[in-house]
Amino acid sequence: MTEQTPRFSDLDSVRSSLADVNYLADDGIAGVVYLADRLGKPVLVEGPAGTGKTQLAKSVAEMAGARLIRLQCYEGLDESKALYEWNYKKQLLRIQTEGDGADWSEVEDDLFSEEFLLTRPLLEAIRSEDPVVLLIDEVDRVEVETEALLLEILSDYQVSIPELGTVEARQIPLVFLTSNGTRELSEALKRRCLYLYIDYPDLEREREIVSMKVPGVDENLADQVARIVRSIRQLDLKKNPSVSETLDWARTLVLLGIEQIDAKTATDTANVLLKYRTDIEKVVKEFADNPVELTGSAS
Amino acid sequence: MTITDSAAVQSSDQPLLGLLSGFIIELRNAGLPVSLTENLDAMEAVTHIPIQDREAFKYALGATLVKNHSHWRAFEVVFEVYFSLRGPEYEIVDASGDPSDDDDATMPGEGQAQGGGGGGGGMSALTPEQLAEMLFRALMNGDDAMLRALARQAVMRFAGMEPGRPVGGTYYLYRTLRNLELDEMLDRLMEAAQADAPAQLTQLEERLERDEFSDRLDRLKMEIEAEIRRRLVADRGVEAMARTLRKPLPEDVDFMHASREEMANLKKAIYPLTRKLAVRLARKRRHGRKGALDFRNTMRHSLSYGGVPAEPKFKFPRPAKPEIMVVADISGSVAAFARFTLHLVYALSSQFSKVRSFVFIDGLDEVTGFFEGVEDIGQAVHRVNMEADVVWVDGHSDYGHAFGVFWERFGKDVGPKTTVLILGDARNNYHASQSWILKELQHRSRKVFWLNPEPKAYWDTGDSIVGEYGTWCDGVHEVRNLRQLEGFVENLI
Repeated sequence: MTEQTPRFSDLDSVRSSLADVNYLADDGIAGVVYLADRLGKPVLVEGPAGTGKTQLAKSVAEMAGARLIRLQCYEGLDESKALYEWNYKKQLLRIQTEGDGADWSEVEDDLFSEEFLLTRPLLEAIRSEDPVVLLIDEVDRVEVETEALLLEILSDYQVSIPELGTVEARQIPLVFLTSNGTRELSEALKRRCLYLYIDYPDLEREREIVSMKVPGVDENLADQVARIVRSIRQLDLKKNPSVSETLDWARTLVLLGIEQIDAKTATDTANVLLKYRTDIEKVVKEFADNPVELTGSAS
Repeated sequence: MTITDSAAVQSSDQPLLGLLSGFIIELRNAGLPVSLTENLDAMEAVTHIPIQDREAFKYALGATLVKNHSHWRAFEVVFEVYFSLRGPEYEIVDASGDPSDDDDATMPGEGQAQGGGGGGGGMSALTPEQLAEMLFRALMNGDDAMLRALARQAVMRFAGMEPGRPVGGTYYLYRTLRNLELDEMLDRLMEAAQADAPAQLTQLEERLERDEFSDRLDRLKMEIEAEIRRRLVADRGVEAMARTLRKPLPEDVDFMHASREEMANLKKAIYPLTRKLAVRLARKRRHGRKGALDFRNTMRHSLSYGGVPAEPKFKFPRPAKPEIMVVADISGSVAAFARFTLHLVYALSSQFSKVRSFVFIDGLDEVTGFFEGVEDIGQAVHRVNMEADVVWVDGHSDYGHAFGVFWERFGKDVGPKTTVLILGDARNNYHASQSWILKELQHRSRKVFWLNPEPKAYWDTGDSIVGEYGTWCDGVHEVRNLRQLEGFVENLI
């Protein structure tokens, strides 16, 4: 494995740089990013949907001045789409253009060379000369068996191509894997990564995020939004509102020109925040001043 | 084994590594699966993050050692015990102005057990009423530093901790909280909030205020708990404390003995558990072994190869989805177990072709209707508790009569494709057992299983007749916690 100089000088610089790119992080997150850089290990980020896991990778790429390479995982993902593929069509053409008198061993060497190799995200990430952040998004969508193709690259940062040999990394990328927790990831994968759980933010943090990301929102409104969302999350809902939904709601309220949130406003705009009918009904029941009156107008 | 200042830590990591090894052993004892690789990663990680930066240090250890979020609470407890240092953030600037805490890097040894040296020296002169008043004001204003100081003061005064006394932390916690009268405090806070507001508080506003105050009270309680823990560690040493304070993982909590807090954690854990289980079971169904050659399909595919059967196609054996009938005892302590199992079974209802459920104490009632077409299973389970008609004579378990009612009304619905699950501890209060009914059920149905939430050691003691019922069942399983329940359900399908 190639040795490389660490990207971040110390923990505080990680914290301040993340704040500079508008990613509000807890101390824990900054610590894990710093550690990942020093130890050269990938980071597995788990948590409920919409809490800033993918955004973390993007922000780290921005602050480190690195290129972001993204592999979006889905159920049918296989080696040819994740690692590499041979450009069969080009190889066939090459064989056809070769005349009869050509020496086969020469052609063979030529055929299985870098020229005919289509590099997919994972291979591209380790072969790149410039600094790279590799984001493997929603790794819980792939089958357990498919995870196996990630193992070699995550532990040794190399890819074995049978015809070509082993391709080693020219520099070690910062790797982030995100997961929504819909299934248990395999032990082998977890062992190779540092684990980070990003939960819903607490009151102060959420207020800061709303203030920063929503243009035109004032302190008071941000505070109200954060408080109400916190109360909603304490109810037993099918799907808790995530940070992105909170931001959408805040934007809606700013657009409607609302300064003070009362029960009626909250229940009328609840469908921006909650995406299940039973959840909306529960919220209406809890917060409405006069539930009988409001169930008529709320969806 | 003392940790001195930071310079010493950098130069000689031995004491730190020693402490870390003890820490990891304790984590394994608590049930966290820490592998050797993770152990080595943790040791490497601590060389990069200084122990002084406590938050970052904790998260660095967490990132290398805890790979499952439901284990985080257990990890935190062990971390608090092992690394309960007094950092500079715990220093309270109190009236007398003396930095009462020992310097950050020493383990709290000397002086803390005797009721905390000069800690909060100025405050110990206050009367209980003045203390309550200060607490009220701190909660009104959300003053964190003051709350911490008051927590420390409360523990010093009310917990009555004596060095060397073999009593658990929960006892001290109970004593402290009882003396603080926090429920009345909450009411007072709500009244004051109402009085301060310009107009009548709407329900929404009232709700928000209440949530805010509850949050502050929770933080106070956590601080008190942490303070008690620190003192106990100082008194008894790290290893002893870690054993006492070890919190079981949610999946290992016994249904019958769970506290309210543990029950709440279980409820939270059950939804992601059912989702993961459903995914696992669906995959098992899909990736079945290949079966016999499917001749028609092979011939059809051979057409694209010009009639040559180049690609043989196989039939996949599709295991039939079982039909489930759940018959659950919902008396007393077994009720929680029945609730969780019903919850699990209905959450997985897509894996079964039909689910019917019945609950009983001494009378029996069908509750399938409560679950049909309902999105919120928790709600339906709650309705079962409230509305099921299960009391016949006196509300004490009578398995014999309940089975009798079941056989009479629903016996004909049990067929060769049905799997019957009976949930209960078989404590029949010395009534007639009517175990012939189980014999008949076993003949008619595919399988009959008995799930008993009591530990095996207690079976057939007292009025438990699980042995007698068990002779007519295809399996009697001990299902005390979520882990065992999950295992059973997975094998069922």
